[in-house]
Amino acid sequence: MKLVIGIVRPEKANDVLEALYRAEVRGISMSRVQGHGGELDRVETYRGTTVKVELSDKVRFEIAVTDPFVQPTIDALCEGARTGEVGDGKIFVVPCERAVRIRTGETDEAAVTPVGA
Amino acid sequence: MDAPILAQATQIDTGDTAWMLASTALVLMMTIALGLFYAGLVRAKNALNTFMMCVSAIAIAGVTWALIGYSLAFDGTGDLIGGLNYVALHDVTFAPRDATTIPHLVFFAFQATFCIITVALISGAVVERMRFGPWMVFAALWSVLVYSVLAHWGFGGGWLMEGGTLDFAGGIAVEMASGFSAVAAAIVVGARKDYGRIGLLPHNSVLVLLGGGLLWFGWFGFNGGSGFGTGDPSVLAFTNTLLCPAAALFTWMMLDLIRDRRVTAVGAATAIIAGCVLITPAGGFISPGWALALGVLGAIPVYFLIVYRPRTRVDETLDVLAAHGAAGFLGILVIGFVAQESWNGVSDGWFYGNISQLGDQALAALATPLYAFGMTFVLLKVIGAVMPLRGPDHDESVGMDSIYHGEEAYPSGEGAILVTPEAGEEAPVPVAQP
Repeated sequence: MKLVIGIVRPEKANDVLEALYRAEVRGISMSRVQGHGGELDRVETYRGTTVKVELSDKVRFEIAVTDPFVQPTIDALCEGARTGEVGDGKIFVVPCERAVRIRTGETDEAAVTPVGA
Repeated sequence: MDAPILAQATQIDTGDTAWMLASTALVLMMTIALGLFYAGLVRAKNALNTFMMCVSAIAIAGVTWALIGYSLAFDGTGDLIGGLNYVALHDVTFAPRDATTIPHLVFFAFQATFCIITVALISGAVVERMRFGPWMVFAALWSVLVYSVLAHWGFGGGWLMEGGTLDFAGGIAVEMASGFSAVAAAIVVGARKDYGRIGLLPHNSVLVLLGGGLLWFGWFGFNGGSGFGTGDPSVLAFTNTLLCPAAALFTWMMLDLIRDRRVTAVGAATAIIAGCVLITPAGGFISPGWALALGVLGAIPVYFLIVYRPRTRVDETLDVLAAHGAAGFLGILVIGFVAQESWNGVSDGWFYGNISQLGDQALAALATPLYAFGMTFVLLKVIGAVMPLRGPDHDESVGMDSIYHGEEAYPSGEGAILVTPEAGEEAPVPVAQP
């Protein structure tokens, strides 16, 4: 059981969701985060104040999956999020020690297996 | 019909002038209100660009109108186009404008605000993807080649006006012109890249309602000022501008209730605008009772056009056709049915025994859409041949605000590093090493 964390461009979030859906990966969370991954800074000017905006908006997916689903999840994230430009994001896979489905009290693999799967 | 008015049009009336000064300011505010309305309807990353398209209409049409547009629209009684006597405000002075009791300068300024908002209206068809530069070029050319011509036809002494077509406050030059031009613009510019694939939702419905409400407020000057004074036509139009949108708003809420059992806020804002547009051509010509009926009956087709349009492949994004083109079309036609000489002192419609008025109205309702659509289509094709009308998909993904304005509507401020004058913009922008 792993936790797959994918940090992607916000404008690609919908493509990622589509790719995950096609890969039959259900049960995800996403949040808006800010980060810097080496892309060009944006320069913005408000009246006389010019700033370099170092942090870009990103979307962070967190997906807990059983081991057989790790690779399909990674593939879906890559497929949905890639543009080829600097700033497409990162994927981190980390061990997941325990999981509990709050509604039923199911634990671990049963807890991360979608209802009806 | 103008002869008796002409005879008494030698004196400035201070009351009329005061109201027209206020009306002019009210109508100029409508363009900013439209910016609010439009900005709320688009995604957050395009909110500023959308607003700026409206603001830029003031910068562009305000100037083209003074230089040439006003003269082409309001000088003389040529059939198709006015003369060049008023170019760059030549001869536009304190003396009263023909057939009015207000200074020519005020008349000019009032008409300028109409040209401005009409240009701004079309932007609703191309928001979220059209580049800002070509938009400004289009705005300049459209304000002269389409608006001035149609304004001349409709209320500058052109063939429609002389032929007897009645248009109180701009069903021809403002509403139908912008609505049908918007369709042409949406077709030539093309749909947004995600149109029809993912939901593209309004980002701030409070702005939408605020903009809609302020538009209504401004519309009292738009319609109430189109009698060029404080006489009966202005009073009638003013009151009808309260009644017709209220009836349209009520009807829209009922339709929402019937269709979905919930009343929507974005729908309410749309209904206000549709109601104001419906009464725009007819404001000073129909009775208050018919204005109420027009609000109820006119809202229904507009409502269903707005429900239907997103199912088509034409990404006429903010429904300028439905809210302005279709509603203006209905408003122009309705004059032919229910105009009452006892209320307007000018002409009766079919229901009151004068069927020929309906023919005059139908002529305008056919000619205006054809001219507006055709000219806009050609104009944008020509501009598109010289400069690309839209950027790469990447720009659309990132958002127009950041790409074309270097600003965001809602910047977080986090991670913003001050660029000092010493470091200068000449200093290379550092790029972190991968």
